[in-house]
Amino acid sequence: TGLYLFIFLKRFYLFERECMGGGAEGEGQTDSELTVPNIMETAFYFEQAGVGLSSDESFRIFMALKQLVEQQPIHTCRFWGKILGLSRSYLVAEVEFREGEEEGEEEEMEEMMEGGEGLEAHGEEEGEEDEEKVTDIIPKPMWKAPPVIPKEESRSGTNKYLYFVCNEPGRPWTRLPHVTPVQIVQARKIKKYFTGYLDAPVISFPPFPGNEANYLRAQIARISAATHISPLGFYQFGEEEGDEEEEGGAGRDSYEENPDFEGIPVLELVDSMANWVHHTQHILPQGRCTWVNPLQKMEEEEELGEEEEKADEGMEEVTARGNSLSLKIMHMSPWTARLSCSLCPQYSVAVVRSNLWPGAYAYASGKKFENIYIGWGHKYSPENFNPPLPAPIQHEYPSSLDIMEISDPTVEEEQALKAAQEQALAAAEEEEEDEEEDEDEDLED
Amino acid sequence: MEGQSFGSPWRQLLLATWRALIGAVGAMDAESLLLSLELASGSGQGLSPDRRASLLTSLTLVKRDYRYDRVLFWGRILGLVADYYIAQGLSEDQLAPRKTLYSLNCMEWSLLPPATEEMVVQTSVVKGRFMGDPSHEYEHTELQKTSEGDKVFEEEVVVQIKEETRLVSVIDQIDKAVAVIPRGALFKTPFGPIHVNRTFEGLSLSEAKKLSSYFHFREPVELRNKTLLEKADLDPSLDFMDSLEHDIPKGSWSIQAERGNALVVLRSLLWPGLTFFHAPRTKNCGYIYVGTGEKNIDLPFML
Repeated sequence: TGLYLFIFLKRFYLFERECMGGGAEGEGQTDSELTVPNIMETAFYFEQAGVGLSSDESFRIFMALKQLVEQQPIHTCRFWGKILGLSRSYLVAEVEFREGEEEGEEEEMEEMMEGGEGLEAHGEEEGEEDEEKVTDIIPKPMWKAPPVIPKEESRSGTNKYLYFVCNEPGRPWTRLPHVTPVQIVQARKIKKYFTGYLDAPVISFPPFPGNEANYLRAQIARISAATHISPLGFYQFGEEEGDEEEEGGAGRDSYEENPDFEGIPVLELVDSMANWVHHTQHILPQGRCTWVNPLQKMEEEEELGEEEEKADEGMEEVTARGNSLSLKIMHMSPWTARLSCSLCPQYSVAVVRSNLWPGAYAYASGKKFENIYIGWGHKYSPENFNPPLPAPIQHEYPSSLDIMEISDPTVEEEQALKAAQEQALAAAEEEEEDEEEDEDEDLED
Repeated sequence: MEGQSFGSPWRQLLLATWRALIGAVGAMDAESLLLSLELASGSGQGLSPDRRASLLTSLTLVKRDYRYDRVLFWGRILGLVADYYIAQGLSEDQLAPRKTLYSLNCMEWSLLPPATEEMVVQTSVVKGRFMGDPSHEYEHTELQKTSEGDKVFEEEVVVQIKEETRLVSVIDQIDKAVAVIPRGALFKTPFGPIHVNRTFEGLSLSEAKKLSSYFHFREPVELRNKTLLEKADLDPSLDFMDSLEHDIPKGSWSIQAERGNALVVLRSLLWPGLTFFHAPRTKNCGYIYVGTGEKNIDLPFML
């Protein structure tokens, strides 16, 4: 890997030399330079808080992001953080593609998925043919899978940004697939370390639908939704022409930077969490940011009343999301805010540390702020992790006239029955003997 | 650390060599603090510049005031309100165990009492984060049987446990469980005394990536239970401590090579936050703990 790094850095020197000689590629170069964020400045501010990687590591990450920006059609890019793993760690970059660029890759990935499903269906058909040949019809399972909740569109909700990961600066960046609601729901139930290999299986109970790349993406989505905060007023909702009623009032996920933001004094930021807001959407228990009624496509037998009730519950979930920034959970506030240096408060930076997701930090100073996550990628829970118990055993057959299930008689019952039968037999023999004697007597007479 | 003034002979000798070892391998001593922090920064936590500056100066003052021979920076325990900065001092009298000091601002240091078994048992019932206030008391209700005459009552007694006690026991547990030293840094002579290996130039790259090349820096527990066949392959002068390879649960150490094989980092999964670094083929090694001070009991589920 030392060689990798050397080749990677050398490539940059060659690229720069070409640009200076050519001059025609100057425009492309300035574009890419603008989209790559100023990692060194962010690293400096986080260093004031005692967080972050060393400065040469930060510089290497900066070069790696620059490489990513040149390879992919990227509109905005941000260093999201580092997730530690067992054999290797992940460096995560949060990017947004330019308009209309990413759909090509999405379609490819969907085609791959459908190809796999086609093969499975074929296998099932063959199995069914074999079953029909057998005289006894094997009963079909009664369990029906719950309706699959559709995943969110690109650029909205949990899939608002695209994430690229690499193991070390210099290695090629790999794109993570979009996250589906069922993956987020399952990720909330399990707790597993990342190994560092994206195609490693995640062996857990309840089974996680996907491999480590999906689990990583789900955890990134959860961390982003829970810990990306910004000073109050930094972002404002964009002006939309659409009706608010159509969207349900909540779920306005397009925000933009407020050009009139003047910065909040550092002491006020540290004093109370009321000056910080989440700028990402909260993930509902359903696994999405906007609620979707899974029963909409069901048959007409469903009563309208049920549908309405569920829709109401969905709206309540969305609107009743309290201000989680000041909520106290088990005597522990979810955030710890501090000045970076108590000795010189006029020059220090406000640093906020998350207690629910250890490793998530945010800093704000003047008009700048940034979020970062460096950690193992798990939520903190004061109680121990309890895996859910397996589901109860299903009944095999429904009781009907053909098959009726009763308990076997116990040993005592069997013995009592046997004794009663023997008694009846003995009584019957005595009667026979009596009858024979009577017959003999009759004959003698 | 059991409160005895004379530890076992093994412990005395080990402590005597620890002092010399620090000079040899440069672990978190004041002079090499900056380099060590830089090398251990892969886990994401370190010290801010103002803390580093205060640490360097205040540790020198502590060394003078308490008359320690060497003072080491052990790490940082994150609390909800404030953080504890922990340092350990070694005295010239090698018979005494290491003294632990804590500070809330890296400038004023206070001595902590030595850890006892009773403390560890008492604080094992306390769960949750550290508050950051040393005088904070945790309340724990337990049923105690009190006998009055012939009858035995069970009363609910509220036990107050000070955070200082918890701090002491956690530091002791971490040291006993996950303090690491590379193989070959110390060697044992046939007569018993343990010396610093002056010819230790660091592990080679292939050795550094194996867990068996690192030992727990404490009295061996499992070594005595090994069969003679296993012991036949060991070198008695170098392998006199437990290696990390046989830790339960298996896989509780994460070993990684960073910076393109120029640095080997071991991270403990049992006590998340403990980072041990070693630059192969150099004498640089050391460990630091920056974390919440809680054991990761969910480890078997997470592997």
